[in-house]
Amino acid sequence: MHYRTVFDIPRDELLAPGHGLCGGCVAGTIVRLLLKVAGPNTIVVNPTGCVEVSTTTFPYTSWRVPYIHVAFENAAAVASGIEASIKVLQKKNVIDPSKKINIIVIGGDGGTADIGFQALSGMLERGHKVMYVLYDNEAYMNTGIQRSGTTPLFAWTTTTPIGKVLKGKIQVKKPVAEIVAAHRVPYVATANPAYFLDMMNKFKRGLDVDGPSFIHVIQPCTTGWRYDPRIGIKIARLATETAMWINWELDHGEFRVTVTVPKRKHVRHYIRVQGRFNHLTDEDIETIQKYVDKEVERINKLVGKEVIGPVVE
Amino acid sequence: MGDKPIIGWKSIPLGGSITEPGNSIQRPTGDWRVFKPVINQEKCIRCLLCWIYCPEPSIHIIDKPYKTLTGREWKFSVEVNYSFCKGCGICVEECPVKAIDFIEEVR
Amino acid sequence: MENSIWKRIPLNSNYAAAYGAKDSDVDVVAAYPITPQTPAVEKIADFISNGELNAEMIHVESEHSAMSACIGAAAVGARTFTATSAQGLELMHELLHIASGLRLPIVMAVASRALSAPLSIWGDYSDVINIRDTSWIILIASTAQEVYDSIIQAYKIAEDPDVLLPVVVAYDGFMMSHTYELVYVAKNPEIFRDYIPKKVNWTILNVEKPITMGAVANPDWYYEFKYQQVLAMKRSYSVIKNSAKEFEKRYGRSYDTVEVYNNGGKIAVLTYGGLFGTVVEAIDYMNKQGTQITGIKLRLFRPFPLQEIRKVIEDLKMLIVIDRAISFGAPIEGTVAMEISALLHRESIDIPIYSYIASIGQRTTTEEDIIGIVKDAVKLFESGKRISESIYWGVRE
Repeated sequence: MHYRTVFDIPRDELLAPGHGLCGGCVAGTIVRLLLKVAGPNTIVVNPTGCVEVSTTTFPYTSWRVPYIHVAFENAAAVASGIEASIKVLQKKNVIDPSKKINIIVIGGDGGTADIGFQALSGMLERGHKVMYVLYDNEAYMNTGIQRSGTTPLFAWTTTTPIGKVLKGKIQVKKPVAEIVAAHRVPYVATANPAYFLDMMNKFKRGLDVDGPSFIHVIQPCTTGWRYDPRIGIKIARLATETAMWINWELDHGEFRVTVTVPKRKHVRHYIRVQGRFNHLTDEDIETIQKYVDKEVERINKLVGKEVIGPVVE
Repeated sequence: MGDKPIIGWKSIPLGGSITEPGNSIQRPTGDWRVFKPVINQEKCIRCLLCWIYCPEPSIHIIDKPYKTLTGREWKFSVEVNYSFCKGCGICVEECPVKAIDFIEEVR
Repeated sequence: MENSIWKRIPLNSNYAAAYGAKDSDVDVVAAYPITPQTPAVEKIADFISNGELNAEMIHVESEHSAMSACIGAAAVGARTFTATSAQGLELMHELLHIASGLRLPIVMAVASRALSAPLSIWGDYSDVINIRDTSWIILIASTAQEVYDSIIQAYKIAEDPDVLLPVVVAYDGFMMSHTYELVYVAKNPEIFRDYIPKKVNWTILNVEKPITMGAVANPDWYYEFKYQQVLAMKRSYSVIKNSAKEFEKRYGRSYDTVEVYNNGGKIAVLTYGGLFGTVVEAIDYMNKQGTQITGIKLRLFRPFPLQEIRKVIEDLKMLIVIDRAISFGAPIEGTVAMEISALLHRESIDIPIYSYIASIGQRTTTEEDIIGIVKDAVKLFESGKRISESIYWGVRE
């Protein structure tokens, strides 16, 4: 069943409050909604990161499903072991073979796109039935806002500071979901918590497909992106409205933009509300705008029609 | 944070496992708050967006009927759990009818 | 021993390890090929593909992922096995601490090999000695038969509720991993089912009873978890001994933590792994020549078998320790020699120890080398010289 309205969404909370995520941390929202989709027959693997340290400080845990953290760079390999193990133990009747157990990795951008990428690639290639959810806050937030492979162009971080010579990150964001898609796995999608039904339906689809799935979710970070926590969801929405973030899915080779944007906002609406972009000149913003325009053109071409419209405001 | 007693190696589980699922509810985070969201039950249209977006979760859907002054009857209410609400204001911002006030906490 | 339950077949130690894993009925194997361990992985793949072993093999993309996958598999209750060497063991290193810290009874075979750089694919024990502080139990075998039997015993030890620590079974890269010996293996592995019954004594991830594994332990808690490991390692000592005793009772082959050849000499040579076979040959020769030498084999490196070592050396006049790895900058660069020195000092036993380093990067070490080492040490002893530094046997100037 598809989630059509908010009233379709399960009430059960499998992430308990009392966790130590920053006030307004959108990762909390993403994980909560993910667990609502997955339900109790779920094992979560979580690489080192914000979600891990803030939900599992002994003797307290916020998890109401089985959960394991092992290290930073290996969540996909741990999940592979769990999946293979359940498969063989079900074959041997040690675990009830009729029981469907979801295996989900919830990883940040560091643990997924950078240090954990090798393990992820291995898991995808081997075809383990695991759903990997990347909550992408675009920097190493857990260690205090250092640049990652998914930090966007020009963004300030503590390792891409604003100096006389260099101003912010000089490279563009790594297209993680597309690199994952190149592994030809059954289901890859990008999602945005502001569009929660779209995101949750993608989680659902990811759990249903036979084989690995990957959902790349944008996650505004109040601490690292430097904004008032109350506008976290608004910023997420602006990312899609400006096409800085495009919600798409690739389901068994079929590409679809799931949230169309007939009239696009200029990227400055997204950029000017975030402290990490404070130093940007109008020209810098135009550079980003041009980059986004090109991306939009590419995506529209891929779909074969205009799913993301022109900039109108 | 939390009031679990500090116990020794004889009494703790092996390997740092935590055997009580979701026991972080024993560790309230409400004292992080500076501003406090207050839902105006009169204005609230029960769209549940605040519940959806809350990162804690500290917004509950309660089976408590509510009748507004204008006579509209709701089968349920939406309430903030102040033991855990960190006062981020996402619910305030996302409420489509501005039914949540954000007021400075007086302790 | 040629009775009905065994068949005697030629196996190298890699294959013996693979047979040991198969006959332990492992559920999950995650391994990455590396010289000289590779044939072990290939053999297990054979067993699985021809239906002799009902297990999942995870063809991981690195040793780091091999150990990670074993951790994941063990965390849901599977009996797991892996094997590696040298750089592979180094790449796993972080996970070795985590596997033991999470108290998961994983068993790993290590075909010991020198560490880069310069690159050497050849046998020595640099890799194994390097993992001594990871809270893994470390057995070092010196025959292919011992490799097979030790893998089976390793599951008994690792899964004991008083232990719950992972176990390494190491053997010489190439000198053992690639040389064939006749090994008794079970005709029907069912004979081991009562010895190592599948009983999950450790905490696992189970959707019926959700727990959190791998939590954060702040300064208020971390120390106590590490102390639990200290105790588990101490307790494992008697479990290791009892597992060997029970194995002997059931299957007839006996092992101890320290084994002695030609007991009663006043001069002893102690070493580990396949080199012990060379020591035995040299001892036979020297004994014929009228010099009574005792051979001591260290089968258990962690936990260090203090009482056993003490028992076998306290009446000696002198002890020669041949180490097969270098602990750079250590007070005594032969690690086992240094640990025995610490033991002797602590027990106020005054026996001169001569620490020799040999067979580094598989530099050939023959019976003649052993005889040479003994002669060299005896000469030093007789001239009243007590050498506190390690002596590098056979290194060219």
